[in-house]
Amino acid sequence: MENGFFSRPRPAPLAPAEEAAALKAARALLAARLPSSRRGFLRQLTLGGVALLSGCSLRGDDGGDSVEQALMAISRFNDAAQGWLFDPAALAPTYPGSMITRPFPFNGFYPEALAPVVDEADYQLEVRGRVADHRPWRLAQLWALPQQEQITRHICVEGWSAIGRWGGVPFAEFLRRVGADLGARYVGFECADGYYTAIDMPTALHPQTLMALSYDGQVLPRSYGFPMKLRIPTKLGYKNPKHVRALFVTDRRPGGYWEDQGYNWFGGL
Amino acid sequence: MSALAASPAVPAAPVHAAWLRLCHWANALAVVLMMASGWRIYNASPLFGFTFPPGWTLGGWLGGALQWHFAAMWLLVANGLVYLAAGIAGGGLRRRLLPLSPAGLGHDLRAALRGRLQHPQAGRYNQLQRAAYLFALAVLAALVMSGLVLWKPVQFELLRGLLGGYEAARRVHFFAMAALLAFVLGHAALALLVPRTLVAMVRGR
Repeated sequence: MENGFFSRPRPAPLAPAEEAAALKAARALLAARLPSSRRGFLRQLTLGGVALLSGCSLRGDDGGDSVEQALMAISRFNDAAQGWLFDPAALAPTYPGSMITRPFPFNGFYPEALAPVVDEADYQLEVRGRVADHRPWRLAQLWALPQQEQITRHICVEGWSAIGRWGGVPFAEFLRRVGADLGARYVGFECADGYYTAIDMPTALHPQTLMALSYDGQVLPRSYGFPMKLRIPTKLGYKNPKHVRALFVTDRRPGGYWEDQGYNWFGGL
Repeated sequence: MSALAASPAVPAAPVHAAWLRLCHWANALAVVLMMASGWRIYNASPLFGFTFPPGWTLGGWLGGALQWHFAAMWLLVANGLVYLAAGIAGGGLRRRLLPLSPAGLGHDLRAALRGRLQHPQAGRYNQLQRAAYLFALAVLAALVMSGLVLWKPVQFELLRGLLGGYEAARRVHFFAMAALLAFVLGHAALALLVPRTLVAMVRGR
């Protein structure tokens, strides 16, 4: 019963053409994981843009660093502004099932073929930081908690959006069960694919923030974050981590895979 | 001595007050930054079947463009509010951009098409100019409102409903950008054709 319920598609052996595609994808993944090179790229082109606009050149690292630092400082100011604007009672709009986007797009910092394969038998959700109960959670234990469903719009930082249906445990309920310090400022997440991100506590306690275990009535597929993802309709997509294997409650602001490269930390909607 | 006597005792009021010139150029800078970074953001997920040449964009990649966009927005909005407050309180907005009537607009449009539209004095606007400047103000307001919906679709629920939802707001934002671009190109071309208007916006007279 349990196996059937939790069964998920296993990847078939790769055909040569697929193998080539997977290799190409792996290279893309490696390239994407070199944030330092991207930051250099950002600096050059940012400088180019400034020089173009001002008609003067901002040569040297000093100019580039100060422009970048100023932009980062404003991004931090925008975090504060968004925290101030955030209304814990404001709900993201919900939609009828007929409006679900089919197929719901795969999204990640690597191609779909490279989504991690998480073995349910080995899976344990680590809980760390400012919580009373640090015992890890098995998937079946998460499924045994009260579940909730939502049909909401996933909005990507790139601009596109898609409507999907997620089910799972209200995150506030989970945090209360593990005796989390709800006065702490942040909750951080670590994922099976190396992704990491974090959210503010008010968003963690928002009634629509879910530990999603299912998608569209099925066990959460590998592409969408098996075995568990955070579904947060008040945050941009990169703030909705998939394949979550550990979470921690903290007062020290954790970084994020994209946030450390320059995406806005708060990423709220 | 005689040269001094010949000069007017009281200098004539400038065509554009210093605060207005400052607002104008701050707005111009904000619009350029917003548009160039906005094109890079658009390119990340193009709404239509084209992308903007990367060389025209600002930020280098999506993350950089977003940083520019969400920094320049403060300049655009703060400067816009100062302009509106000063323009309304001082009466300048109403005095310069109103009245505007369909009949007057039609008259000036016909004159323009015959090449006989007058713009005898910088700072005094004919009906076409009034319409164009009011159009730019309306388009900027549409850009800010649709931008607020794209930034905060959950928090600004009323505005989101008014614009028809998140995806509709993306389209409003795009077309308002296109309309503003059309205005900017026409505005800049005409200013270059009549350079004294450009000088007046820099030096005040």
